[in-house]
Amino acid sequence: MERILEQIPRFFTTDNMALLLQSAGLTLAMTLTGCLIGFGLAFVLVYLRQMPGLWALPLRVVCITYVEVFRRIPFIVVIYLVLFFIQTVASDASLFTIAVISICIYAIAYTADIIRGGLESVPVTQTEAARAMNFGRLRTLVTVTLPQAWPVILPPAIAFAVSFIKDTALVSQIGVFELTFRGKELNNQGYSGILVFGTIAMCYFLMSFPLSMLGQYLEKRLATPRGERSARKIRRA
Amino acid sequence: MPHLAVNDLRAKYGALEVLKGVSFSMEKGQVVALVGPSGSGKSTVLRTLVGLTPVSGGSVTIHGDEIRYSNAASVRRARDQMAIVFQQYNLFQNMRIIDNVTVAPTKIKKRPKAEARADAERLLAMVGLADKLNAFPDQLSGGQQQRVAIARALALHPEILLLDEVTSALDPELVNEVLDTIRRLATEGMTMILVSHEMAFVREVADKVIFMDSGAVVEEGLPEQLFDAPKTDRAREFFGKILRH
Ligand SMILES: Nc1ncnc2c1ncn2[C@@H]1O[C@H](COP(=O)(O)OP(=O)(O)OP(=O)(O)O)[C@@H](O)[C@H]1O
Ligand SMILES: [Mg+2]
Repeated sequence: MERILEQIPRFFTTDNMALLLQSAGLTLAMTLTGCLIGFGLAFVLVYLRQMPGLWALPLRVVCITYVEVFRRIPFIVVIYLVLFFIQTVASDASLFTIAVISICIYAIAYTADIIRGGLESVPVTQTEAARAMNFGRLRTLVTVTLPQAWPVILPPAIAFAVSFIKDTALVSQIGVFELTFRGKELNNQGYSGILVFGTIAMCYFLMSFPLSMLGQYLEKRLATPRGERSARKIRRA
Repeated sequence: MPHLAVNDLRAKYGALEVLKGVSFSMEKGQVVALVGPSGSGKSTVLRTLVGLTPVSGGSVTIHGDEIRYSNAASVRRARDQMAIVFQQYNLFQNMRIIDNVTVAPTKIKKRPKAEARADAERLLAMVGLADKLNAFPDQLSGGQQQRVAIARALALHPEILLLDEVTSALDPELVNEVLDTIRRLATEGMTMILVSHEMAFVREVADKVIFMDSGAVVEEGLPEQLFDAPKTDRAREFFGKILRH
């Protein structure tokens, strides 16, 4: 305990804090980039998966297999797979790229099911009305189904990204200078583990808590029926 | 040549044959009413016409042109000519009333925005909803939503309007406002197929009544003929039951 107290002034130096802030930023950047790109690609996957017709069967099989396989593999294994795969095709790829790609691959698999569930929550009668008026599949998705599915899709998708902030720690295993990696480094420099990882735990909390709040706010907002929301807007104006 | 001719139309849900060879035809400007007990396949007839339920046999021709339901372009043409109004309205919940009515004319039929909007405003005024343009569907009553659904279908300027029990989800006091709209369309010469349980209304507006049971047409004729002097036992039993009170 005394050792910890004695270390505090030495530990909380501008240099150390800048280092931690930087790696926290990196963690956040990797998570958000990976999840956002993954989320976007998940839409493509869900769309392809719902392609009708016999000729699209192989496509559907590939999409379903992708989701089922990657949801069953530990994230750390995905990271190593990406690392070794990328190194054989492009040896100069940065660790950051590798980390983002891994997160992306994982995020696609998880959010694809969230998106599919959201789209399926919209009554078929809505798509039938669109089809009867000659809407194509993509137009039906963009103008009718998706706008109604957001309230179901967004909360769990945000929750996934928020919880992934902490899973991103695993990329420290391949040597990315993210938050947990810095922690180990500082610990190796002789700082007390409790002090270092206590601070780092705080950093994780500070990163994910505001995002959770944002998620909850969106959830509440989206849960309000559209009519009421616009009525409120009119009243306010 | 009839405007619409349905010949031996068949449809299945899985192994269950729901339409077992339905045939009828209608002229331009006619109002045809499909009546029959629940589950007899009335909705399925309308759904197959617009390609929402797959056809397993028979033929449908409009002006002598056969619709090939296995061909996407042919189905598109059919949907261009027929517009359907559903029992549960099925308005797009994410769009304002005006957008519900203009979305297909502008996005699908590629009509100029201003023109489509003017047309939508005219139609919504006709169904008595000129003051609801910017409301969302969930802010309207059932009767109002159903009238929007009719306006949305009319904005497509279909050759044939298909109406599936458009009053059955409504409270009794809301039924008349919707029936008034349909009555008006009938006098304006709109070609319509009307599925309805409102026999008094059918008698008033229909040029021809088709009585269906178990996926087949049992009897067809003028409303007076069918209601007052049905030829088949099945029709006599059905109309006897529902017209007695
Ligand atoms: N999606 C479906 N899957 C399986 N069977 C169905 C489906 N929709 C309808 N059916 C069956 O098809 C038959 C005809 O249904 P349909 O809805 O056309 O009847 P209807 O005459 O419109 O009846 P109602 O007056 O109750 O609306 C019924 O036996 C019904 O159970
Ligand atoms: Mg029905």
